[in-house]
Amino acid sequence: MNILVCISKVPDTTSKIAFSDNNTKFDTNGVQFIVNPYDEWYALVRALEIKEAQGGKVTVINVGLADNDPTIRKALAIGADDAVRVNVDPQDALSTAKQIAAHAKEGGYDMILCGKETIDYNGSQLGGMIAALMDQPYISYASKLDMNGNTATIERDIQGGKEVIEVATPFVLSAAKGMAEARIPNMRGIMAARTKPLNVIEPIEASNATEIVSFELPPAKGDCKYIDAENPGELLELLRSEAKVL
Amino acid sequence: MSTIVYVNTNKGNVNKASLEAVSYAAQMGGEVIAVQFGDADSSELGNYGADKVVKVALNEFQPDQISKTLQKAADENGADTFVLSHDFSGKAIAPILSAQADAGLVSGAVALPSGDGTIKKAVFSGKAFAHMKINTPKRVISVLPNSIEKKEVGKSAAESSMDAVAASASLTVKEQKMESTDLPLTEGEKVVSAGRGLKGPENWGMIEELAKELGAATACSRPVSDMDWRPHHEHVGQTGVAIRPNLYIAVGISGAIQHLAGVNQSKVIVVINNDPEAPFFKSADYGIVGDAFEVVPKLLEKAKEMSFND
Ligand SMILES: Cc1cc2nc3c(=O)[nH]c(=O)nc-3n(C[C@H](O)[C@H](O)[C@H](O)COP(=O)(O)OP(=O)(O)OC[C@H]3O[C@@H](n4cnc5c(N)ncnc54)[C@H](O)[C@@H]3O)c2cc1C
Ligand SMILES: Nc1ncnc2c1ncn2[C@@H]1O[C@H](COP(=O)(O)O)[C@@H](O)[C@H]1O
Repeated sequence: MNILVCISKVPDTTSKIAFSDNNTKFDTNGVQFIVNPYDEWYALVRALEIKEAQGGKVTVINVGLADNDPTIRKALAIGADDAVRVNVDPQDALSTAKQIAAHAKEGGYDMILCGKETIDYNGSQLGGMIAALMDQPYISYASKLDMNGNTATIERDIQGGKEVIEVATPFVLSAAKGMAEARIPNMRGIMAARTKPLNVIEPIEASNATEIVSFELPPAKGDCKYIDAENPGELLELLRSEAKVL
Repeated sequence: MSTIVYVNTNKGNVNKASLEAVSYAAQMGGEVIAVQFGDADSSELGNYGADKVVKVALNEFQPDQISKTLQKAADENGADTFVLSHDFSGKAIAPILSAQADAGLVSGAVALPSGDGTIKKAVFSGKAFAHMKINTPKRVISVLPNSIEKKEVGKSAAESSMDAVAASASLTVKEQKMESTDLPLTEGEKVVSAGRGLKGPENWGMIEELAKELGAATACSRPVSDMDWRPHHEHVGQTGVAIRPNLYIAVGISGAIQHLAGVNQSKVIVVINNDPEAPFFKSADYGIVGDAFEVVPKLLEKAKEMSFND
């Protein structure tokens, strides 16, 4: 299996979120960047397991500038064979998907794995877009992926439950919890990652279909109103008369 | 302007989130064409603002086929906008539509487009909002469930039907494991959730009962589903589902940042915890410092007295 895993660089979950330039830019001051958790823990690790079981190659791809390289090396340390970086700052999902699809059309991949969403822009967009651009089936929110020759058995979340589906390669999926157990890179992996190929390719022409005009922080929470534990019934009265949610 | 709304159905009912999508489209203005997949009573669609209802007899969830059918409906009606719910169905369909129509997509919108055309959505796992602009002539908007006010307009929509477009990228559905609950977590307006503070699965009876009295869905923290005390679909948070109910009651949950990521957009948060220092109180609107095993039974008694459930 020749597998392409799309990895995104995102701020660590515990990062403080602040904006600069009149609320138009994310303030990266003091922010730690990581590989988007779903890409790393589920998509990448499952891809590696499939490769280990039946041979093949795992390539990671990232759309971004050179400051993403340390994050890409992390994916190589976990076990990806090589990496591709499309040298453009991603501003919009559709144009980013076009960059990935342009590479994937040349690459002859059996499957393309994404994460279910990025934890910064929370789009859940790229996987489906890449699938449509490649005219391949899209399986979103996959929590299990088993290969039998060229046929995949996949469990996916649908509205109201789960479904087991079968699909032949090539396809695109987005990975959610359940697909694999996260791996921690070991020393050997980290050493090896330094010399694995990280190929930088230039972007194709693609204009931004959307743009972020500004950011906004939610209003600060008011103080918590405490209710006496001896008389919790008062809570329900307040939820009805004051908060009006009951 | 004409808008196509993707309407999905479950067990013979139109999903509540689809009604919200119809209402969103109606409030944007212009003609609203609701394209309904699967058999269900569609009379509510007009009530929330659909001018036309087009029924498609396709019961399987085939994203490529659904997207191409929606695209065809758009072509036939000269529509330039698609509206969907940002639920599991919409998350699969919206990006395919976007790429097929070369239309910019704003996913998880929490408000109608504002005067300058920008659309507000939550980013950074609910820690901030972005105002987004779509640059393409066609656009796709998916609406975060339970984030806009549905408006009844009392129209009755003209009904027709169309065939699903054949698709190249299809899947074979082998098995369905539908949740037995009548109230899916992502659609619940009220949610009662509990964490490791409850000590064991045998103690969930009072949580389920309280939820039932309040007409709420049940949820849990990650360790609780990891230990199989509760089913996985109840796990909320960064790695589980993100929800946005009007009322979120958290019992015996510490309020770790990864848990908050899935619930911090709830309109009202109630925290019940015996540790006054539990971080969750910082995000709470109402708090009770006390032992869940004493507080919850008292709440339950009071809830029965006030009888919310009828
Ligand atoms: C990358 C990553 C992703 C994660 N994703 C998620 C996620 O999606 N969702 C999630 O929930 N977690 C997630 N976590 C885990 C998260 O960090 C916390 O560990 C978890 O939320 C804690 O669950 P809890 O509050 O139920 O348990 P605990 O942290 O053990 O808290 C139990 C609480 O119950 C209280 N308590 C104890 N006894 C009683 C009593 N008798 N009455 C009342 N209160 C009592 C305690 O004071 C305590 O506050 C993630 C962690 C990581 C590292
Ligand atoms: N800049 C990027 N480069 C490569 N892959 C990406 C990039 N951004 C997002 N992805 C992939 O697309 C998935 C969904 O992202 P999103 O649509 O932004 O929520 C992520 O989990 C990644 O697998």
